[in-house]
This record gives sequence, C-alpha cells and structure tokens, in this order.
Amino acid sequence: MTMVYDDTGDEATADVPVRKIRFTINGRKKVAEIEPRLLLADLIRRGVGLTGTHRGCDTTNCGACTVLVDGRAGKSCTMLAVQVDGREVTTVEGLATASELHPLQEGFKQEHGLQCGFCTPGMMLSAKALLDRNPDPTEEDVRWAISGNLCRCTGYQNIVKSVLWAAAKLREREPEPAEASAVNKVEG
Amino acid sequence: MFPARFRYEAPHSLDEAISLLRDGGDYVKVLAGGQSLVPMMKLRFATPDMLVDINDVPGLAYHRTDPDGTLRIGALCRHADLEFSSLLPGTQPTMAAAAPLVADPLVRNRGTLVGSLCHADPQGDWASVMLALGGSVIAQGPAGRRAIPLAEFVTGPFENTLGHDEIAVEAVVPKALGTRAGGYLKLERRVGDFATVGTAVAIETSGGTVVRAGIALTGVGGSTIAATDAAAALAGKPLSADSIAEAAELAASAAQPKTDHRGTAEYKRHLVRVFVSRILGGSLSSTTGSSTTGSSATGAAAERAA
Repeated sequence: MTMVYDDTGDEATADVPVRKIRFTINGRKKVAEIEPRLLLADLIRRGVGLTGTHRGCDTTNCGACTVLVDGRAGKSCTMLAVQVDGREVTTVEGLATASELHPLQEGFKQEHGLQCGFCTPGMMLSAKALLDRNPDPTEEDVRWAISGNLCRCTGYQNIVKSVLWAAAKLREREPEPAEASAVNKVEG
Repeated sequence: MFPARFRYEAPHSLDEAISLLRDGGDYVKVLAGGQSLVPMMKLRFATPDMLVDINDVPGLAYHRTDPDGTLRIGALCRHADLEFSSLLPGTQPTMAAAAPLVADPLVRNRGTLVGSLCHADPQGDWASVMLALGGSVIAQGPAGRRAIPLAEFVTGPFENTLGHDEIAVEAVVPKALGTRAGGYLKLERRVGDFATVGTAVAIETSGGTVVRAGIALTGVGGSTIAATDAAAALAGKPLSADSIAEAAELAASAAQPKTDHRGTAEYKRHLVRVFVSRILGGSLSSTTGSSTTGSSATGAAAERAA
C-alpha cells in the first residue's frame, strides 16, 4: 500500500515518521506503513479502499464513520490508524457474505431503514455491537445504542424497526456461540 | 482534518511510558481513549510533539472495589465499562447515574474516566461526580505514586496539577462512611452535546443522619464547581424537605452560568436548583440505590424531551 504525503518543502517532510502496523480488516490480514497522524477512517477509505465507512462531520459527532475495533463500536475519525496495530477491524463491508446479506442489511431493506444511506453503515455497526451484546433488545435499548449516530433524512423510526427486525431474525437462527463469543470479546 | 505531525510511542509498561514523558521534551501528551485529545489535535488546538499511547500497557483496564469499599478505576477503564458494570448499581448511585450520560455510546466505548478527569473540561461529567464523591487521582511518576484529591487536581479549565513526567494511573472513590445515595442529572440539547447543566449529588447516611455530602456542578462556570456550602447544608442532620430546599438554593447560587446558545444564565441556575431537589427528593423517598438510578432515567427522559 502506498501512502502519499504533502511535500511541504520543510525539513520535516524529509523525515516523515512512518510506522509499520499489522491488522485484520473484515477477516483479512493487512500490513500498512503509515504516518502516526493518519486517522483510522483514512486508513480504511484511502489505504484499504473500503469506502463504505463514511466520513460525515469529521468532528466526533455524527457516527457515520463507525466501525468495530475488536468488537467495540467506535468513531474511526477519532482514532489514530496506528492504534489498530494487532487489532481486528470490522466495517460495513464485513457484514454480508458472498451470497447473503447480513440480517441487519436485510432488515434495513425490509423496514425501509434508509433514504440517502449516508448514516447507514454507522447505524448498522452500532446495531451490530448492540446485538452481539444483547440479542433481544427493547425499542428503548435500540434507541439508546444508536444515539451516537445521526440521521438527517428520515428520523429514526424505521431505523429502529430495522434493527428490531434483524434482532428477531438472528434469534430465529440457531445461534453460533463460537462466533458470538469471539465478537463479544473486548480489549482489556 | 488530521493532526499536525507528532512522534508516536506505544510503550508496554508504565515505567517505559514515564521515561518517555520525562525525556520526551516540552510537549508530550498521554493518549488513552483519545476522544477529546484526537479531536483537539485535528483542530490543531493541541499540537503535541509526542504522543505516549498507553493502550498497550497491561493492567490498567480495571475497575474494582477493595474489601473496605474503596472503588478504584484504572486509566484504561472505558466509560462503557462503567455503564455496564455490575459493581456500581446500589453502592455507587452517583457514578451509575452518570456513566450512561457521558457523551454518546460510541465515545463511551473508547473514552476513559481518568482521561476525562485529566482533560478537565468544565463540561466534563466525571470531574463533577468525583468532586461530589470526594475522589482523588493517583499519579505515578519517576519518584513513585501520589494521591491528588480532585479539588486539587482540577485547577481550572483544561488544567490539572500532574507533573510533566507523571501519568494519572487510577481514580479512587473513598469508602462510604454510611449508606451512599445520590445521583447525576444532566440536560443536553441532544445526545453527545456538551452539558447545558449537569449536577452531581452524593450523600452518605448513617443512622438517619447525613454524615457526608458532596455537590458539584458541570457546565455552569469556567471550571467544575464544588458547591461546598450547599453540601454543608445537608451534613450532620437527617435529610428533610427543608434541608433539600436549602441545599438546592445554595447550589443554584454557587453556579456561575453564562447566557449562551444553550440557554440563559437564569435558566441554567434554575436547572441546578431543580436537579439538586430532584436527586435528593429521590433519596428522601427511598434510601436504596435503585431509586437514584431511576432519577438518572428521569434525567435522560428530560434531556430527550428538551
């Protein structure tokens, strides 16, 4: 992966501190050489080329850039890319399999949980973190869990319905305990 | 937006981290959750020469209660760890009420209580909570550890009394002198916005008498405010409608709010009065921690309605 830096003509440019990191994104192992000030959102979008992670406000408000790091949802505009060294990142591209949408994606389709779609990846990942922790959430739990994600189109009614749809769908399936416990594992 | 260039180090021990702070030059910052520091660096309000990321230092992600009831919160304990903790409900009603009201769920997953104390934002919730509880911060430096009471730790907006080669490794809530009650109420325009007003109340009762009281205010002054006169009005007597009214009034007069886009000074002062009465009213009607957790739910409802 090649990163291109601004040549500001000063001494500092000649000596850009570059660090090599190893991380996993959506199950695939990666190595990257990056400047420490690169944000995780940029590593994902520009480095790995996965543009489903959206950059919205860029000020830690909107949640459009939400990804999972070691199973925990966070704002990738407010993490340094170097901080995922040795960790596992899940983006919206990691939800579906080759043949099947994730129940959350299916739910957003069934319940019309999006209009413009800009907030949707962040909504889905916040929802995934909730469902991994609590497979049977109440409407209030869902509203609480997505309260860090802003939607400017629809209001939240259909988003909440979509998450509840997915929760019901996931409960119908035989749970896969091994996968669930891996996702629930948090750093510490 | 992205931060200015900096040197990045991710040590694997506290000793290593402290050496980096000691030898790292004039402007070194410790990175824990980064939920305030990274935005400030992106805006170039903060341009440190070096970041010492302590996330790889083992043994800091805990919160636990000592046998005597002292609560200890490690430097990498996230807000969400406290929000979902089974340790806080019942014994730590003020903390249990505040944890779900800090920022938003995504920020709570990464941000830390100790980092919030160090950041010393007048709008920060934890500084008020810890001030009301009489808490302290444990700082570790080359010469060892020292405890700094919160009142001496936060000295102004974004100012703390850590030495340049010290790391805040732990926050401590002392054991209760009696049964703890209290809560935290906050009005915010939307989830994740800075507090319009936040109010932390912590009392300890023994034999029907309030033996210790603390009240502290968020977002209504240039710094976190300890409403010491209000707390003194509660101590040494049983909790009563009269003492609550007096404390609420004194807390309101301790506030130094400014009129801004979040509300008028008069409105914010009024909210302090209401919040103190509401939290203590809940404690009066029931001495259990669950009623005070209920008062936080009322606060959350109020904030959404606002």
